[in-house]
Amino acid sequence: MKTKRVHVWAWVWGGLALLYFFLPLYGTLEFSLRMQKGQYSLLAYQTVLADPQFLSSFGYSAVMGLITVTLSVLLFVPTVYWVYLKVPKARPIMEVITILPFIIPTIVYVFGLIRTFSGPPFQLTATPFKTDILITAGYIVLAMPYMFRAVDVGMRSIDVRTLTEAAQSLGANRVQILLHVIFPNQRIAILSGALICFALVIGELILGDFLVRPALGPYMVQVGRDRAYEPAALAIMSYALTWLCLGLIQFFSRGGKTRQQLTGR
Amino acid sequence: MGQTLPVHRVRRFRLPQRVTNWLGLLPFFLFVLVFLILPSVNLFAGAFKDQSGRFTLDNINLLSNTYVLKSYAVSLQVSVITSVLGGLFGFAVAYAITLGHAPRWMRAVLITFAGLAANFGGVPLAFAFIATLGRTGFITALLKQICYADASGAQVCPFNPYDHGFSLYSLTGLVLAYLYFQMPLMVLTITPALEGLKKDWREAAENLGANRRQYWFHVALPILWPSILGAMILLFGSAFGAYATAQALTGGSISLVTILIGQQIRGDVLNNPNEGYALALGMVVVMAFTIAGYTILQRRTTRWLNL
Repeated sequence: MKTKRVHVWAWVWGGLALLYFFLPLYGTLEFSLRMQKGQYSLLAYQTVLADPQFLSSFGYSAVMGLITVTLSVLLFVPTVYWVYLKVPKARPIMEVITILPFIIPTIVYVFGLIRTFSGPPFQLTATPFKTDILITAGYIVLAMPYMFRAVDVGMRSIDVRTLTEAAQSLGANRVQILLHVIFPNQRIAILSGALICFALVIGELILGDFLVRPALGPYMVQVGRDRAYEPAALAIMSYALTWLCLGLIQFFSRGGKTRQQLTGR
Repeated sequence: MGQTLPVHRVRRFRLPQRVTNWLGLLPFFLFVLVFLILPSVNLFAGAFKDQSGRFTLDNINLLSNTYVLKSYAVSLQVSVITSVLGGLFGFAVAYAITLGHAPRWMRAVLITFAGLAANFGGVPLAFAFIATLGRTGFITALLKQICYADASGAQVCPFNPYDHGFSLYSLTGLVLAYLYFQMPLMVLTITPALEGLKKDWREAAENLGANRRQYWFHVALPILWPSILGAMILLFGSAFGAYATAQALTGGSISLVTILIGQQIRGDVLNNPNEGYALALGMVVVMAFTIAGYTILQRRTTRWLNL
């Protein structure tokens, strides 16, 4: 057998990739610290964090993210559970439907939303509250591919039928089964789906921009137009947030491998 | 708990089980119908109507409108260039961390950063590149500082990229920024395929007297090409549908199809809303072919590689 020596090309391409990953990151970090002339400071970060508009838009997107996550979980966990339990035939159909947001670019989708719901009979863009309903629905749709896949993988890893029958024989009704058996068993899948979903809403530009809601995405574009150093600080902050979300997903799913199913089997 | 006699409930009238089973999916299908299917159908129907609501194919013909056609050309150009370059670069990196036996630390760092960068898009990505390669960006500033005195004693600083026609706010800049998520996306999708190449195949080929080149061209690549092509198609789709990075980087001065649709939503730049629908429909058609191509190639892949 050959010894596992490192190929020269591995160094070349690996090194190039490292440079390509790190240089923009380092450049952005360096740039974000340069707001005060002649010395490094956190001024750009302080300015961003002290901007009431940042706080309100971040708050808006975070609340929207939480609402979206909650509603997606409530929509997808029972639905996918039901598919696995009763109508396995529906799974391919759901697979096709949930991939549609990948096929329809977001800009096209928001176009359709506006043309459909801004006029009668729906008029969902008439008041901010109604628009928030519309935008939440939009976020749920955009997050659908990720949420469905996460819950689908989670549901495949447990024996839905056995767990349900066991719970039923102990006298549990459907709601109890979902709350006390399925949800606890799915908490890792739900959590990773929820984190992706939340990160997606926080970073989303198009829906917030075109439905004219005060979300973080449009705010960032505006800062990018008006300011020099703050955008770099925002980029570093969102990079850190992405890192945190991915790290949490990996952390939870690693912990989950040893005990995928809490009960049964 | 004294009595344990079985209690038989009275059976009420019930719909057949098959029907009630499907009824359980009603909330999901209703949601999808109202918030996904209806807007899409509305848009597509609009593409085949004239301004007074009658059926027409004129809007589709107007896709040959030079303005619209040019935006498709630019979008295709950016998507093809970034998917091919990103695909080749990503393949080389994936090769380095699998068959190239890159050191363990490098492999770990590259995979972690690939996961991060593939998810790092949109507005922040544009900001990062502006801070790095923009007019006053970090690398631009570094390159500008490389100066020397020429024969006549004058200071020359020949490395400022902006003196050589480079601009981040151009097509080149957009390609560079897109590659930041395209290359890692390729690494993530193609690494499992490279890991799936069995050592037995290589040994079998060597036993039959094949050299490295023959092994690659007659064994490895024929097995890998559906994965490689499929991954590149995936990259194509991710670039074709992108909007936020281009908008934040160039302020809409590069007229990608997505940018044009955005302008059409804001202010009807095409002077005919139905043409806007046709523009959107064209995008969905391209994306549908993309995903279909990817799915077909994915199936071919599974014949040899158990991914």
